[in-house]
Amino acid sequence: MSTLSLIIKQIINALQLGSIFALIALGYSMVYGIIRLLNFAHCDIIMVGAYISWYFMTNFANMPYLAVAAAIFGCTLLGVAIEKVAYTPLRGSPRISLLITAIGVSYLLENTAQLWLGAAAKSVPPFFKVTTLSFMGLSVSTTSVVTIAVVTVSMTALTLLVQKTKMGRAMRAVSEDSQTAQLMGTNINATISFTFAIGSALAGIGSVLYCCAYNQASPTMGSMLGLKAFVAAVLGGIGSIPGAIVGGFVIGLTEVFVSSIGLSTWKDAVVFLILIIVLLVKPTGLLGKQVNEKV
Amino acid sequence: MDKIVPTPSTGIIPERDLGKPAVLEAMHLGIDFGGLTAVDDFTITVAPTEICGLIGPNGAGKTTVFNLLTNVYQPTRGSILLQGRPTQGKSVYEVNKMGIARTFQNVRLFKDMTVEENVLVGLHNEMNYSVFSAFTKMPKYFKQERAAHNKAMELLSIFDMESMASSRAGSLPYGAQRRLEILRALATDPCIILLDEPAAGMNPNETEALMQNIKKIRDTFKIAIMLIEHDMNLVMGICEGIAVLNYGKIIAKGTPAQIKSNPQVIEAYLGNRGESDA
Amino acid sequence: MKTRKNLPLIVKYLIVAAVYALFLLAGNLLIKNKVIGLYYTKVLMVVAINMILAVSLNIGTGYLGQLPLGSAGFMAVGAYASAIFMRKVPIDPKLIFPVGIILGGLVSGLFGLIIGLPALRLKGDYLAIITLGFAEIIRIVILNIDKALGITLTYGAANLKNIPKTTTFTNAFIWVFIACFLIKAMMNSRHGRAILSIRDNEIAAESCGINLTFYKTMAFVVYAFFTGVGGALYAGYLGILNPSGFGFAKSIDILVIVVLGGMGSMTGSVISSAVLTIVPELLRAFSDYRMIVYSLLLIIVMIFRPTGLMGTKEFNPRGIMDFFMGRKKRKEER
Ligand SMILES: Nc1ncnc2c1ncn2[C@@H]1O[C@H](COP(=O)(O)OP(=O)(O)OP(=O)(O)O)[C@@H](O)[C@H]1O
Ligand SMILES: [Mg+2]
Repeated sequence: MSTLSLIIKQIINALQLGSIFALIALGYSMVYGIIRLLNFAHCDIIMVGAYISWYFMTNFANMPYLAVAAAIFGCTLLGVAIEKVAYTPLRGSPRISLLITAIGVSYLLENTAQLWLGAAAKSVPPFFKVTTLSFMGLSVSTTSVVTIAVVTVSMTALTLLVQKTKMGRAMRAVSEDSQTAQLMGTNINATISFTFAIGSALAGIGSVLYCCAYNQASPTMGSMLGLKAFVAAVLGGIGSIPGAIVGGFVIGLTEVFVSSIGLSTWKDAVVFLILIIVLLVKPTGLLGKQVNEKV
Repeated sequence: MDKIVPTPSTGIIPERDLGKPAVLEAMHLGIDFGGLTAVDDFTITVAPTEICGLIGPNGAGKTTVFNLLTNVYQPTRGSILLQGRPTQGKSVYEVNKMGIARTFQNVRLFKDMTVEENVLVGLHNEMNYSVFSAFTKMPKYFKQERAAHNKAMELLSIFDMESMASSRAGSLPYGAQRRLEILRALATDPCIILLDEPAAGMNPNETEALMQNIKKIRDTFKIAIMLIEHDMNLVMGICEGIAVLNYGKIIAKGTPAQIKSNPQVIEAYLGNRGESDA
Repeated sequence: MKTRKNLPLIVKYLIVAAVYALFLLAGNLLIKNKVIGLYYTKVLMVVAINMILAVSLNIGTGYLGQLPLGSAGFMAVGAYASAIFMRKVPIDPKLIFPVGIILGGLVSGLFGLIIGLPALRLKGDYLAIITLGFAEIIRIVILNIDKALGITLTYGAANLKNIPKTTTFTNAFIWVFIACFLIKAMMNSRHGRAILSIRDNEIAAESCGINLTFYKTMAFVVYAFFTGVGGALYAGYLGILNPSGFGFAKSIDILVIVVLGGMGSMTGSVISSAVLTIVPELLRAFSDYRMIVYSLLLIIVMIFRPTGLMGTKEFNPRGIMDFFMGRKKRKEER
């Protein structure tokens, strides 16, 4: 294979990885935007999604669509349930308490999964027959193509939703200034729940794509994936949808690049280094809005 | 510094300050926020023990002037001399050490600290013992802490607040919070103190008492006071010079009597807003 | 400290020291007579180490009002620095133990300075994520540095072994005392008040002549120093180190201790370290369920007591040292 096609192949790998990060980053970003919470449980929602995929794919292997639907639906339900049970009672409490609660939820999900399904990874059967498409001397796996396509569609849908619908406007209003939004008649509770639902649904899609790429589910799979996605959200500018996408791709590209030059043990360090540099140069991330306090 | 023009804000110097160098000189200060010119060509000179007022309708840029004078905002144009020394490029805490202290329009106390501790933070630079003296509890530590405690109590006595010394600052009534903020500013040993709407939210009795106390502070500490206030009785009652700001520009300077009869000022206040602002 | 007319200070310190010595003696006696078995002695050492880690993180969260998530990184630095020193220096480790601990603290403090200066330009969640990033970088560097430079320093994933096991019940708790005493001494001084004022209102603090950068950095360095001390004790307790023990979950664990104790309350941090270390051990009987119970507890405590066990901040400055020094009635005395 020529160097050029090798490079292109790596770029496609990076895009695939980056799109998964971006999808998950959006969940962090939207929730942060609306209630200023680093939702530690988000990564475990992905884990649950992966297990749902595993369950349906092992038991109903001939109905991959059922598995996809179940994963997305399950994640959405779980996300909203977590918000209602664990986060709503803490509205108005110090933000740090909310953060600790999120950590508690995250531990709870991880340990429940571990107790119930064991610590070992489960192998998820492929959703579709993976083949390699090749044209012009390039070979690309269908997984990459499907992943990139699905993420593109999801992102477009989300952008339309946020920009064009009434609910989207409510979401933007609440994240701008929840008190004023409430005074203007926005239903805060519904808006927040809706945000969680959307974020978790994206996590559900992300979990399916993750299973397509890595074919496994384990109780702790979420933690590093989640951390990276969160870094992507911060890097791009937390609260910003295009920011999450950019952040996800930057991290995907970095990881693939660092690994491809043989430094894969350092890839996480490089990711964090980039994050640190970006934050020091632009404290609200690449596409984040600068807020300055009036004195 | 040779170039000190002792022309106070009003053009008339209080007699006792005649011939003394100005404590604060701002020259052609201006700042833009994006497209908005919040303050423009702001020039003022304050005599060493002058009480001067800065008035103007809402949004005129008064608080922004204070933020410029204390380097909270870096001016886009112009320069500031504090006791003849330029403050350009200094950070907020350095400017405070050079002799300017302030209060805030929306009270900014250290809410979870006690009343006394609030004043003690103001006295921070009065003490100079190191962290290691604190770790090892050296005699220096005790000596300075005791002195600071006494000084804090003395300052609190100005507003009869000694009995509240160990209450949480955030639990004080609003008026007391504003007074505490003034004391905290005084504790930093300034040569000029900027008060942003010190009487806001106070009842007429409290305002009257505050007026007397501001004068008392000036007389005891021999410092200059510059204040923003919407309460015209207070402004006219204690200020020797007044500057009027509208849309970021000074539209008039003078004695209370001159300001009261200045047509431009009346226009600025009455022309577009009615009496509510006065 | 000014108007108290009762005992002279030195007497008070002696009493505190005596009471604490008595506590140490009693502990030792119980351990010697096997009332407290080997297992629970170890648990107590972990309690002590967690106390040090928590009271130092409390400087960053409770006192400075920021959210540093770098505890694991500073712990790792302290642990490795002290372990490498103890292994390399050919003197009886029991003799140079304090040097090793202080060295761990100092190296970590230096890292705190290097990281704090840039990181503290950010606030809140951004500070949290950037310190978390630094901590992860530290862990990855420790993991890979040997291979990258062709040296044998940390042994990376292959474990740093044969560290002298110098941490005992007594010296661990002596360090708890030192940490609490020094931190309290700092907080009761103009420097401590400067740190608290930054927490309460940054702009006002600066307008009062407080050098923000200096005091934020100072608080951060002291936090890093004592976290490093905790790490060094941890190394001497385990006798073997692996970078994977210093992942960001470790930082989170300590944050949980501090928040559950009540932010800004040293007493809270101390009590909560003990509770959150011992309770999971007691739950070992339900081994499989204990982490589930633990996480449920976390959620429930936060929902019903969002400000932590020690409650609101008014009680904060009157921490454990105040308690020991009979300063509990400070308000009434004035
Ligand atoms: N940090 C900032 N960024 C953008 N605009 C600002 C900022 N600070 C002040 N302004 C603008 O500058 C103008 C002057 O504001 P300022 O607070 O100085 O008014 P003021 O005279 O103190 O009014 P008030 O009597 O209501 O206190 C306003 O239009 C305000 O919106
Ligand atoms: Mg104002």
